[in-house]
Amino acid sequence: MTVRIQHEDFDIARETAALRAGDPRVGAVALFVGTVRDVNDARAVTTLSLEHYPGMTEKALAAIVDEAKSRWDIYDALVIHRVGDLAPMDQIVLVAVTSAHRGEAFAACEFIMDYLKTRAPFWKKEQTPEGPRWVDARSTDDDAAQRWSTTGAKV
Amino acid sequence: MQGPRTVQLVYLARLRESFGTSGERYELGGQIHTVADLLHALAGRGGAWSIELAPGRAFRVAVNHEVASPDTRVAPGDEIAVFPPVTGG
Repeated sequence: MTVRIQHEDFDIARETAALRAGDPRVGAVALFVGTVRDVNDARAVTTLSLEHYPGMTEKALAAIVDEAKSRWDIYDALVIHRVGDLAPMDQIVLVAVTSAHRGEAFAACEFIMDYLKTRAPFWKKEQTPEGPRWVDARSTDDDAAQRWSTTGAKV
Repeated sequence: MQGPRTVQLVYLARLRESFGTSGERYELGGQIHTVADLLHALAGRGGAWSIELAPGRAFRVAVNHEVASPDTRVAPGDEIAVFPPVTGG
């Protein structure tokens, strides 16, 4: 189980290969990659700045991955989340999960992403032609996370 | 030097900009025992503090990197963060 927060970009192929290297039990690898869109809420986005809370963010992500591990029969999981200034089409986040079969890997990957959106301390600020603006939390993200549980406080 | 009843406050993202600082050392008055007590005291500064920390405003608090509620106890040496709802991913 690995969690990384970094400024640098990541190489999906290399990360996926490393995640399942040497583990012949793996029969499924599920991946999610989040990327920067050039439009949000009808406004052009030129730069997306991502900020986190050093110390808490790492702990929150590790707790989410541990929770996934306890719920599904998965072998390993990787979360990489970038911070700093990103441009449209840049990669933001990678979640990768290995398991014997696809069902567990898909479910755990989606769970980790849904919880990350609502519980991991990251914040997005957009630069637009009309000036900068902080991205507001979406109720649809709360709904997505809520599907998995009725307990636990969101952040 | 850290005082006998000092905590570290951390402000993040939009709230850091509103408050004009990323954090401060804060002396807990004798009447501050919970997150709610602390927020009340900070809101009492007026200006952006009273606006952002008003009841019904969307913000979160973490004590020592754990999500906190209004009745969470605060103690000297704690790191207490105040931040907007999260928007990562």
